[in-house]
Amino acid sequence: MSLLTLDGIGVTLRGRRVLSDVSLTVGPQELVGLLGANGSGKTTLLRAALGLVPHEGLSSLAALPPSARARAAAWMPQGRAVAWPVAVEEVVALGRMPHGDGRTETGRAAVDHALTRLGLDPFRRRAATRLSGGETARVLLARALAQDAPLLLADEPMAGLDPAHQIAVMRLLRDLAREGRGIVVSMHDLALAARYCTRLIVLSGGGVTADGPPEEILTPDLLRDAFGLEAQIVDTPHGPLLDAHGVAP
Amino acid sequence: MRVMPPGRSGPCRGAIWRVVAAAIAAVVATEALAEGPAGPPARVVSMNLCTDQLAMLLAAPGQLVSVSSLAQDPRGSAMATEAAAYPSNRGLAEEIYLLDPDLVIAGSFSTQATVDMLRRLGVPVAVLDPAYSMADIGDRIEEMGRVLGRAEAAAQLRAEFEAGLAALREEIATRPRAALYYANGYTSGDRTLAGEILLAAGFANIAAEAGLPEGGVMPLEILAMAEPDALVTGRPYPRASRAEEILDHPVLHQMRERRAAGAVSDSEWVCGTPHVLQAVGRMRALRERLE
Amino acid sequence: MRALALGLCGLVAALFAVSLTVGPAEIGPGESLRALVMGDAGPLTLVMREIRLPRALLAALVGGGLGLAGAAMQGYLRNPLADPGLIGVSASAALGAVLAIQTGVAAAVWIGLPAMALIGAALGVGLVLMLAGQHGGSLTLILAGIAVSALAGALTALVLNLSPNPFAASEIVFWTMGSLADRSMSHLWLALPLVVAGAAVLLRLGPALDALTLGEDAAASLGVRVERLRLSLVAGTALIVGGTTAVAGAIGFVGLVIPHILRPLVGARPARLLWASALGGAALILAADIAVRVVVPERDLKLGVLTALVGAPVFLHLIWRSRRLEA
Repeated sequence: MSLLTLDGIGVTLRGRRVLSDVSLTVGPQELVGLLGANGSGKTTLLRAALGLVPHEGLSSLAALPPSARARAAAWMPQGRAVAWPVAVEEVVALGRMPHGDGRTETGRAAVDHALTRLGLDPFRRRAATRLSGGETARVLLARALAQDAPLLLADEPMAGLDPAHQIAVMRLLRDLAREGRGIVVSMHDLALAARYCTRLIVLSGGGVTADGPPEEILTPDLLRDAFGLEAQIVDTPHGPLLDAHGVAP
Repeated sequence: MRVMPPGRSGPCRGAIWRVVAAAIAAVVATEALAEGPAGPPARVVSMNLCTDQLAMLLAAPGQLVSVSSLAQDPRGSAMATEAAAYPSNRGLAEEIYLLDPDLVIAGSFSTQATVDMLRRLGVPVAVLDPAYSMADIGDRIEEMGRVLGRAEAAAQLRAEFEAGLAALREEIATRPRAALYYANGYTSGDRTLAGEILLAAGFANIAAEAGLPEGGVMPLEILAMAEPDALVTGRPYPRASRAEEILDHPVLHQMRERRAAGAVSDSEWVCGTPHVLQAVGRMRALRERLE
Repeated sequence: MRALALGLCGLVAALFAVSLTVGPAEIGPGESLRALVMGDAGPLTLVMREIRLPRALLAALVGGGLGLAGAAMQGYLRNPLADPGLIGVSASAALGAVLAIQTGVAAAVWIGLPAMALIGAALGVGLVLMLAGQHGGSLTLILAGIAVSALAGALTALVLNLSPNPFAASEIVFWTMGSLADRSMSHLWLALPLVVAGAAVLLRLGPALDALTLGEDAAASLGVRVERLRLSLVAGTALIVGGTTAVAGAIGFVGLVIPHILRPLVGARPARLLWASALGGAALILAADIAVRVVVPERDLKLGVLTALVGAPVFLHLIWRSRRLEA
């Protein structure tokens, strides 16, 4: 069963060709790391998959009506701005909007669960505008979690987090995948990607240049071609580590 | 470009030059206002709605060369038909100067800058006050006769007017109460010309009860509570304005339906001329119908 | 939340009653309310039913509408400076109304006046959204608002100055500052359908505006149709501002001050702020309209003067705060 099917996705933004002919599927229990240099089209691909940018090709999500799509996939965009000083628990409760049960028992339980899972219980009643960057990111992730959709798309959820919280987020995503969700997360940290993701997709030059398990993907050749790095992945007793020793000429 | 009356002007450029030259000369020879030539003025321009009408009533044939454009508008002028026979002016110093008048008659509400400019250019200007009362009207007629050199005609008109007014006045035991109501909720009190028209016709003016002897803004509520027997409203201009919307308020309609006789204050009420007698006459007829 | 709703309703009801008993004809409150309810052929009933009742009802309607429209615009633009009066929507509506009156459309069809005001408001709000939009930020929004206000104000003055009616030119003050003096029930019937329709549109936007707190993308992923939301917002705002401006002129700052005061009391939720601001706006205009009659009874003091005196300091405070945040 696939949670997301993209077939021949192409996007042109302001006359610039950003993506061409991207096809992939994501199934349950997959934690997909979407990798690529800045400007390689990671955000655009995720937004096209959700139908938030005009695109060619087919996306199983974009084809759904908005309300059904909101129950099929949760989306955590890169923008972290919270416009009004709303309480943290109310922000998280927005995730129940597609289910229309924000005030019922089930809805509240889902919100409580998401808050606890991200360690936000002490912040429940705090205004979401008075949090640190890392705390805000966790609140927004909790909001996406409360949406309780089979598929979660997250755009650089680790940006701005300290290393401990980055690891905590990746562990959470891994656990969510193990529980049966499909997850696509765009990210820059290759070592975290190598350690936690079940599958990596590398974007460069407007298309998918690699797609497979981390150990098969992150070869020195690919690291040089797609990321401009002289590096290799080293296996350690605690998992893989990125040993970068230079920038490719 | 304004078209000059035939035979009255040289080329326009020359005419404008004359204005400029005269202005310079006037600045140099400060206040060197020449004494007018002996005898009545031969070319008179009036630039105020009320002086226009008095001048038309008193001037010798050919003596009055222009009246203001307002005098030709029947909404404000009781003599619009007569005024149509005269070239009109819009009260601008330049156009009046080019008419080459030897007397300009202005009202005391005419633009001061225009009057000053004309005087600097050496044009004699007579400024007449408006008539604030019936008694003023006779004086204004006489004053107009004096500046036009038509004292005899003025004395005759004054006598006719005063006789006509005396004939209309009568002693009233109980005066019905009337209200004057204009745009923006404005009312005129007893000490105004409109107020005196009411008094002369045998009405009492409710503005006095409301503590507005000079007139002023009377809230609609006060008007409704006063329950006048007659309601005299201003005539709305075409192209409605919010200021006049109050004249169409349901309260006024209901007052008229219930008891108040309606009348309209029009051009005969505006200026202190013998035409106010017609206004008095019509209001008197209205009062007689109320009895 | 229930306490706030009850408190605001009580405040509106109390101010409504006071508004009915205040006026130049000094009549006791008991006597005047009795004349209003019982009714007789006397002038007091006429005054109560035809002068004071429409005035109080219009104050509540106009204030409620402007408060609601302000809260909705702020929610959509995610900007506390958005107010229909400040960003030129009211000025555009006033231009439409003046054009309707001066071209004779208002006299020809009864719906002419509010319809033209509505079109003006829709063009104004559409233009501002086009110029400033969701991503424009405070500065762009205010600049766009200044431009639209200035253009609409200049055109209004032009139309009134060209009018053959000698009273028209003096009416610029009414259209820019607003007043409820000497309105009648016919004005209420003119504005009511538009304001009610606009309120019905805007009050339904609550959940979408809540979702928009997290940005357009997040809202869209929660099932909000952002395009439809924008259209609803333009339509609802235009209906309300068009309807209220057609009968009461442009009254500024209501949609700025009221959401600002009430936001902390509703936990900053845009959805709750909608109905709260409607009640708060009604209370503000009722109070302001009582004040203009009590403070200077002999002058027709314009409502917008009072709301600006209250609103401008709030506006300055908000600019000061947003400057600090953006720095």
